[in-house]
Amino acid sequence: MAINTDKNSYTVIFAAVMVVIVGSLLAFLASGLRPRIDENERFEKQQNILYAMGVNQNEGAGSVSFIPTDVVEGEFSKYIKQQLVVVGSETKEREEAYLIDMKKQLNIIKNGDEAELPLFVGEKDGKKSYIIPMYGKGLWDAIWGYISLDENMVVQGVVFDHKGETPGLGANIKLRYFMDDFTGESILDGNRYAGISVVKGNNDPLNNDKEDNEVDALAGATITGNGVTAMIKETLKLYKPYLETIRTK
Amino acid sequence: MGLLSKKDANLILDPLADNNPITIQVLGICSALAITAELQASVVMSISVLFVLGVGNVVISLLRNVIPSKIRIIVQLIVVATLVIVVDQVLKAFAYELSKTLAVFVGLIITNCIIMGRFEAFALGNGPWKSFLDGIGNALGYGVILIIVGFFRELLGSGTLFGIPVLGDPIAKTGLYATGYENNGFMIIPPAALIVVGIIIWVQRSRNKALIEEA
Repeated sequence: MAINTDKNSYTVIFAAVMVVIVGSLLAFLASGLRPRIDENERFEKQQNILYAMGVNQNEGAGSVSFIPTDVVEGEFSKYIKQQLVVVGSETKEREEAYLIDMKKQLNIIKNGDEAELPLFVGEKDGKKSYIIPMYGKGLWDAIWGYISLDENMVVQGVVFDHKGETPGLGANIKLRYFMDDFTGESILDGNRYAGISVVKGNNDPLNNDKEDNEVDALAGATITGNGVTAMIKETLKLYKPYLETIRTK
Repeated sequence: MGLLSKKDANLILDPLADNNPITIQVLGICSALAITAELQASVVMSISVLFVLGVGNVVISLLRNVIPSKIRIIVQLIVVATLVIVVDQVLKAFAYELSKTLAVFVGLIITNCIIMGRFEAFALGNGPWKSFLDGIGNALGYGVILIIVGFFRELLGSGTLFGIPVLGDPIAKTGLYATGYENNGFMIIPPAALIVVGIIIWVQRSRNKALIEEA
């Protein structure tokens, strides 16, 4: 039984059958796994928000260690006192504001409409943190993260993540030695919301100067670093009206 | 090699040395440049390619008599893409942390020329078992080079292996750094991979003169 695989009709039928089989296989798989994937993503957001405010299991100067997924929900409701959305100059409480997609909100702003910007108020050992989600562009794809500030506009912690930065270079923005440098930096330069710039050769590789609005860059990852700088600046611009209301310095 | 006949064993052993996909066939160079700044990324990429090439070769080989030759490249591409997406989705649901490490590689695996190259050159003309061995062999040959390059780039560029400092602390100047040694920043940028691959090719060809092409 030899099939003439060169016939046009055969080619078309083969392509059609293949597309149907592959399509239904992937659709079946995607819908079957969706609930589990959603849950994993939800836990990840909670872990990131808690990490930024300093609730994590880091030890020494080692690797990034989040709150484990099986307890993260309890810890999240324990430490996060308020989930807010900032709409224009108003601030409203909103349950599950952490599920708001920053990328969508930024698109809304780009179209000139009013977006709902999420913000979280956390409290640990009597000290308040204001945790802001960020979203920006690296070299290859999206980068995002959270920055946690106190009333003096000093960074309590940051967490970064990325979709496809180069392993070993730009991907290192999610490592401790890069993220830890931000802690303690002030985002203010006088009265200006200067943010924190990722700079090469700033004569402060040990990052002892916490007032210079600068941290040391990653070698070989200039564009990812610039992306982080831009992301922080853009985010602060959006949240400035709210930050003005809580600022004490 | 009691399990495999000599011919079958050669399917695995050849790509490891004398017919290595990177150093001899010069395929898959793109990912060898992109992800070898760290040893861990090299290992993850090697394992992913091992899986995709092993399974993909078998699938293509089983279908080899029914695939219309006019659209065979598209069919091959669909098989790779489907495999990669299935793995990605399953990992996202059951091993989320691992899936995040792999996310970067998904695109690189689909477009890896070794995979398409083996489908086209081997699986379309051979049975499933032979194709499986060929896939495993080529993936291992690719992995060996990736790991060698990753080892030298991470060691000389960052002074670490698998992220663990092995030469001391470059900032506190301990270990080897106390003697004035510095990390070579050049090693972590992509051109360094080309140089390391070049050195491997040089060493390999000077050990086996038969590999040198006539000018």
